[in-house]
Amino acid sequence: MLMPEDVETLLALYRTMVKIRRFETLTGELFAAGKIPGFIHLSIGQEASSVGVCSTLRPDDYITTTHRGHGHVIAKGGDVRKMFAEVMGRKTGYCKGKGGSMHIADFSIGILGANGVVAGGFPIIVGAGLSIKLRKTDQVAVCFFGDGASNRGPFHEALNMASIWRLPILFVCENNQYASTTSVHYSTSVKSIALRAKGYGIASKSADGNNLLEVREAALEAVNRARQGEGPTLLENRTYRIRGHFEGDPQRYRTKEEVEKFSGNDPIQRFQKFLKDKKLLSERRDQQIRAEIDLELEEAVRFAEESPFPQPMDALEDLYTGDEAQALTQRSPL
Amino acid sequence: MSIRELTNTEAMAEALKEEMTKDPSVFIIGEDLVAHGGIFGQFVGLPQAFPGRVIDTPISETAIVGAGLGAALTGMRPFVDLHFADFTTCAMDEIANQVAKIRYMFGGQVRIPLVIWAPDGAGLSAAAHHSQSLEAWFIHTPGLKVVSPCNPSDVKGLIKTSLRDDDPILFFMHKKIFSRKGPVPEEEYFVPLGKADIKRNGTDVTVITYSIMVLHALEAAEQLEKEGISVEVLDLRTLWPMDWEMIAQSVSKNHRVVVAHEACLTGGFGAEVAARIQEELFDELDAPILRVGAFRVPIPFSPPMERFVIPGRDSVIKAIYKILGKEAN
Repeated sequence: MLMPEDVETLLALYRTMVKIRRFETLTGELFAAGKIPGFIHLSIGQEASSVGVCSTLRPDDYITTTHRGHGHVIAKGGDVRKMFAEVMGRKTGYCKGKGGSMHIADFSIGILGANGVVAGGFPIIVGAGLSIKLRKTDQVAVCFFGDGASNRGPFHEALNMASIWRLPILFVCENNQYASTTSVHYSTSVKSIALRAKGYGIASKSADGNNLLEVREAALEAVNRARQGEGPTLLENRTYRIRGHFEGDPQRYRTKEEVEKFSGNDPIQRFQKFLKDKKLLSERRDQQIRAEIDLELEEAVRFAEESPFPQPMDALEDLYTGDEAQALTQRSPL
Repeated sequence: MSIRELTNTEAMAEALKEEMTKDPSVFIIGEDLVAHGGIFGQFVGLPQAFPGRVIDTPISETAIVGAGLGAALTGMRPFVDLHFADFTTCAMDEIANQVAKIRYMFGGQVRIPLVIWAPDGAGLSAAAHHSQSLEAWFIHTPGLKVVSPCNPSDVKGLIKTSLRDDDPILFFMHKKIFSRKGPVPEEEYFVPLGKADIKRNGTDVTVITYSIMVLHALEAAEQLEKEGISVEVLDLRTLWPMDWEMIAQSVSKNHRVVVAHEACLTGGFGAEVAARIQEELFDELDAPILRVGAFRVPIPFSPPMERFVIPGRDSVIKAIYKILGKEAN
């Protein structure tokens, strides 16, 4: 049932998943070492969703992502140097240190931004989809969100609007079982988020979100439909959040046994086994890929650590456009 | 320059028509636009002139404003009709958390050419959910520009400028001025953002105001002229950016200031204007600055109560008497 893929494509998918895992692991370590201010949300265990979906997109396609968005940004082609610099609050970061972990964007490759507000991406993606339709291009727009976001109003307004206008949108739910600390089984009226598509008359599919190729196949089908003007799709990738809601989360709402059980269903290990079973990935090649990624990310961390912090007065830049922009940020030079 | 009379509504429609003709990325989105021509008839003719570019939506304010934002981020210049300023509350996350912050949060990567047009104000017995003046919330939100003109020539010139601006704009228009007429030049012109306008010259006191209160202030000025009191009426037109230069000039000339708006007095924009004047121009003042605004209650339905809680011509007159140390007749 799975589509035939050439070896290099499969290895590239594997490589991106490993890269996301390494980025997240390093980010966790840097945070624990006190090198990242604020707080961070890691997507460890959810790599197959990011990579499976984004690997079906073109650079000019759009995505919106979430507070747990590092994986989506990397999968869409984001620059890990600028990402590390941003989460470490440096001037060389994607947002010059104004956004941090929850607000990374790269408009040059269609990343319309991570969002600190749960469900914040839905209304924006409707606008991107509408814009594609008005400009008559064949781009596609993808909104990543979690199970928790499907209980907010914007989800419902956006699915209805995308449906009546047949917008080229993928609504991709990463059902990782928890909205912050609250179980999806408690908070959500349906067993599967995909069921909610029916109420809005749009196509849907629920995939094993830890099976890379299953996610990719579902996404590819939805992307093709969207490009051909056949409207939006709601995809649910059933997965599990291995780490806490945020780093340092005491996780009083679940047991260690539960986490261990799901850790055995690791999407990267599964795909690695698939590749090795098919003899597409040798142990040596695997080690080579991992070594290359380690090198790239260590260099990126070094770049970030060696980058300067912004000047305090930089806080007054980038709010408005135009020559007098800065004057609008301060009332008077007292 | 030849002049003809248009209503505020006609002036707005003309501005939209001109800009939509010139720029294919401009489109209008909101509720009840195509068949109805807008809830106040403000877009009559435009859906036919620009098929597909005047877009009806479901009643989904969150998604309407978000759709405007998403389109602005991807190459369009949307004009969002929010139906009533009161409904900004239904889209507050999109306006205050997304539209206002996205450029800044993402380090200036992107421009947001977005106009959110919202009819505001009381006086129509529309009661508490259709009568508010909420501009202070949005002036208080970094990232937005706020416009609130009072006559057709300013409406047209500011709509045109707003549609060409690259920052998000909350454009308020008082419902009671829609059908009022005024002169509008035939030739193309623009009114810059952040420039106030002296609507009447005077020498005894300056009334700093905007939106419908400009009209009330002008009536007050006319009345007081008969009593030998000369009132200057300064129409801010754009609330943020605020034209501090013109305010300072007028204050330094007349030394007595009344700040007037229809919005609730407490925490209103008048407080900001007054505070800044006393911080920077204290030595110019011959009397404490007085503020005119509504009582701090929701707008009541029944006309006698509604008239009582919102300020009008007489409230401005009272404030001017007081600042000049005169007893009301």
